Amino acid sequence: MSHAAAVAPAESPPVKRRRFHLTPYSLLFPAVAILLAALAYPVGWQIFASVHRYGRAQQFGQPAEFIGAANYLALVRDPAIWSVVVRSIGFCLVNAVLTVLIGVGLAVLMNAAAKACRLILQIGLLLAWAMPVVAAMTVWNWLFQWHTGVVNQVLTQLGFSFHNHNWLESPLSFYAVATIIVVWMSVPFVAFSVFAGLTQISPEVTEAAQLDGASGWRRFTHIVMPMIRPVLMIVLLLQIIWDLRVFTQIKLLQDAGAPLSETDLLGTYIYRVSTGVSDFGLAAAMSVFVLLLTLILSAPYVRSLMKEESL
Amino acid sequence: MSRLKPGRIVASLAAVVVALVWAFPVYWMVNSALLPNTVLTSSTPRFLPFGGSLKNFRAVWDGGTFLPALRTSLIVTLTAVLCCLLFAFCAALAISRFRFRGRTSFVLAVLFIQMLPAEGLFIAQYKMMSQVGLTDHALGLASLYAAAVVPFTVWMLRGFVAGVPADLEEAAMVDGASRTGAFFRITFPLLAPGLVASGVYAFLQAWNEFTIALVIMPSAAAQTLPLWLRGFIQQSSTRAVDWGQVMAASTLVALPVIVFFLLVQGRLTSGLVAGAVKG
Repeated sequence: MSHAAAVAPAESPPVKRRRFHLTPYSLLFPAVAILLAALAYPVGWQIFASVHRYGRAQQFGQPAEFIGAANYLALVRDPAIWSVVVRSIGFCLVNAVLTVLIGVGLAVLMNAAAKACRLILQIGLLLAWAMPVVAAMTVWNWLFQWHTGVVNQVLTQLGFSFHNHNWLESPLSFYAVATIIVVWMSVPFVAFSVFAGLTQISPEVTEAAQLDGASGWRRFTHIVMPMIRPVLMIVLLLQIIWDLRVFTQIKLLQDAGAPLSETDLLGTYIYRVSTGVSDFGLAAAMSVFVLLLTLILSAPYVRSLMKEESL
Repeated sequence: MSRLKPGRIVASLAAVVVALVWAFPVYWMVNSALLPNTVLTSSTPRFLPFGGSLKNFRAVWDGGTFLPALRTSLIVTLTAVLCCLLFAFCAALAISRFRFRGRTSFVLAVLFIQMLPAEGLFIAQYKMMSQVGLTDHALGLASLYAAAVVPFTVWMLRGFVAGVPADLEEAAMVDGASRTGAFFRITFPLLAPGLVASGVYAFLQAWNEFTIALVIMPSAAAQTLPLWLRGFIQQSSTRAVDWGQVMAASTLVALPVIVFFLLVQGRLTSGLVAGAVKG
């Protein structure tokens, strides 16, 4: 990888690259400084709170009592938390996989469509991508609104009995709606990234395979897929990270009127434990747990990413 | 050219259909914003804004809270974007142009920070900000935003810097330019598209962010646009919801971003190529 070569001073031979430089460290300094300033204290506090009894009284200055792993034990013993964890992992995997599958599909479609139609598709996706999440959630709440929402009205006109149907009432249809929204928002990023990867594949390669008699599907699995693998890895990893921590969409859907305890995912549950019940210790322990969960779920991708980047 | 192959025609048609499906919620927002509430609450949906007007927009605008929120959003976002770009650019230079001890750890840390569950950090971030007196303050929110987008921006810019061969700079130095001179005359102009793409990304993240703002900016006077929109909905749902006005408010929040996005979309996608494909 030629780009990785250091910019050696002109007069020194280019082989000698292991000298200690101050430059990279001073270049890293501002980024590291702002990350530390914004995150070091919160992360440290979180670890501290997770091993202490930390409620509203401690928030107002009472010393926190060290209770070791009690918060973590409480977390493990609470069946309600386990159902939140299971739901979150399920939601995360379903959404990440759907998003990447549809994203790849649309990227292939972009590649195959005529130029004008490709542009139309790109603009359609961009509109969804650019929507601020709160605005998007407002619109989706309006689309699925039980009384005058267009989804119910159209379904009723088509002869289904969806008159005054509340989509957010039962957990399963709540998650279905949430999945539609999250996938709708996330697909454009995946589609554009993968499309960008596809445009890097030279047409000669696929044409050569075609001359050799490879079918469309074989060309896709044997030539295209391996070449866009790095992009796929990154987008899948990011989707898993993002979808496990999905918060705003769930929170705003709940705001629109859904039973909280049955629709909570990890993000909203932690938020409720800390702001509602004021059990900051338990909330902190759960955050640490979510972090570990993310690490476990993404470890295989990070490892192969690191291998491919030869870091 | 294989212009008229049946496969291409089917793909083109499918592309248009998917585009319409994907854009529908955005269209529906604008459509509803133009229609009066009496039409919106009738039992048959109206798919085209016949008989529409800008009345809903005027009502929202006359509420008088939109402009202050817009101002806060602009200040916070621009501060965050400028800091983020500058810091991330330096860091990207360091990791793609130098091999040094701690480089791998930094790259891993960048990925790791993406995984921190933000909902758990709110409380501590609020505590921290209130200790230094920066709650309800644009600077406090801007610095949290800058920190939140720096990791991904480093990741993206790294691809761009890597895409400009160091040989180019070396050639200029052989021709007598100083190292800094070579950098600013040769490399920097080639990086402009990358900076634009990353800047747009950072802008959108900060402009659209809702959760941190919800915690850090509790007072109504210091609201950013997403908070303002949520407040607008909550306030109107104590009465019967005026969906026309709510959609007009959503459109006002979304429109600048959509226009901005369409203007720079070519650069943004090429930015994703460079950031994601090149190692």
